[in-house]
Amino acid sequence: MAEPKRSRRSFLNYVLGGGLLGWIGSVIYPVASYLRPPAEAGGDVASVKWGPEGDFRPGTSAIVKFGRKPVLLVRLEDGEFRALSATCTHLDCTVQFRSDQRDIWCACHNGVYDLRGQNVSGPPPRPLGPYAVNIVDGDVVIARLEA
Amino acid sequence: MSETSKRGVFGWLDDRFHLAPLVDYMRHKEVPVHRHSIWYYMGGVTLFLFIVQLFTGILLLMYYRPGAESAYESVRFLMNKVPFGWLFRAVHSWGANIFILFAFVHMFSTFFTRAYGRPRELTWVTGFVLLALGMGFGFSGYLLPWNELAFFATKVGTDIAGVLPVVGDAIKVFLRGGEDVTGATLIRFYAFHIALIPAIFTGILGVHLLFVQRQGMHEPEFVSRQPEGEKRTMAFFPNFLLRDLFVWLIVLNVLLFLAVFYPWELGLEADPFASAPQGIKPEWYFMFMFQTLKLIPAHVLGLEGEMLGVLVFMLAGLAWMLVPFWEIRTRATGRLKPMAVIGFLALGFIVIMTIVGYLV
Repeated sequence: MAEPKRSRRSFLNYVLGGGLLGWIGSVIYPVASYLRPPAEAGGDVASVKWGPEGDFRPGTSAIVKFGRKPVLLVRLEDGEFRALSATCTHLDCTVQFRSDQRDIWCACHNGVYDLRGQNVSGPPPRPLGPYAVNIVDGDVVIARLEA
Repeated sequence: MSETSKRGVFGWLDDRFHLAPLVDYMRHKEVPVHRHSIWYYMGGVTLFLFIVQLFTGILLLMYYRPGAESAYESVRFLMNKVPFGWLFRAVHSWGANIFILFAFVHMFSTFFTRAYGRPRELTWVTGFVLLALGMGFGFSGYLLPWNELAFFATKVGTDIAGVLPVVGDAIKVFLRGGEDVTGATLIRFYAFHIALIPAIFTGILGVHLLFVQRQGMHEPEFVSRQPEGEKRTMAFFPNFLLRDLFVWLIVLNVLLFLAVFYPWELGLEADPFASAPQGIKPEWYFMFMFQTLKLIPAHVLGLEGEMLGVLVFMLAGLAWMLVPFWEIRTRATGRLKPMAVIGFLALGFIVIMTIVGYLV
């Protein structure tokens, strides 16, 4: 007598409990999906034109907007261009070129890279990613390196 | 109740809501008086500063325009053109810092007087959650003026969340509203700062205060050992409450003094495509964690140093929140009490790391 009653009760508990779990899931799933931002257009850039080569003085640098990421474009004293990711590999700050020290420096936590982007001292764990620099019709053009 | 209480507005309400027992309860509430009574005011001051934040925050909302293009300009307008705008912003910024300061003082005074023990375990736990939410208030509010320092501090802060194993990246994207700190992050932080955190905070604060009112003030050990005849107390209403209000008035004056003579700088507008300036620092109450992370080597035992540091801080925070449940009890004979040692170590660590962070 007691057995069928108990199993009916546990059956109902499973149905109600399962229903409740399903309901919670049906609330959480859309909320969690809503909070995950969709991928934006404009992040996938292949190359960016800086401007005429002659306007870029040797021994200076510029931060170039490459899609949504900053790229550090440096012109060495001998006229050679170097382009590196400007995002510090430590904690996401934006690095800068120091012409007096001839290095690349992150002011946030004193991370130092050499002019090839190798992490030299301080907390950065990895080198800065390189980009290609080409001169196209007299303009400086930064491009993703072909992997 | 008596005949008189049925008359007037109170009588009308009492008829319907049966308020007399509550008033009676408040009337009989006593606050212990002893040489450490001053710590009883710290929670009240924190509460008062929260009210100041609520009030000035609502005022700032009248002019603030969230968004990467408008936020900085609207704060500048508020500070330069709106009558007393500079004052309310300065009070809000200073108030936030002093609020956190008093929350810490309140917490450590509760810890050292061991007020967290039975039956006040949940008062301690809710208080810890309120402090964590208060720091969330600070972190989210810091970005809202969209200036350079806050921009990079937010990049660093959210990137640190990203080092957590498994969930780190999802948390980072959730906080930032994308892969990078952008206008989307600003809008999210705005939502956290003015809606999400206040709603949760207010609810938990209500519970925290209810617990305090229901259980009354904690009597430190040296007072409870005294014979009943020697114990001194003070009526909560009106004696203690009036003292509370007096302390609040002093705090308000200090706050106004700071706001008027040391107004809060706005700094330069954030530029996501500029190099980070020198002197990127988190707000002082994050400094001890930040400084510790800086001192941990990049790799420890094959693990990323930052991840290890963040995990250790999370575990330490959890242990601190659960102190009432693992408290080490000893006979009161020894001079050196283990919980006091733990408390002084924690406090010393926080103070030293904060100072080192500002010196280096």
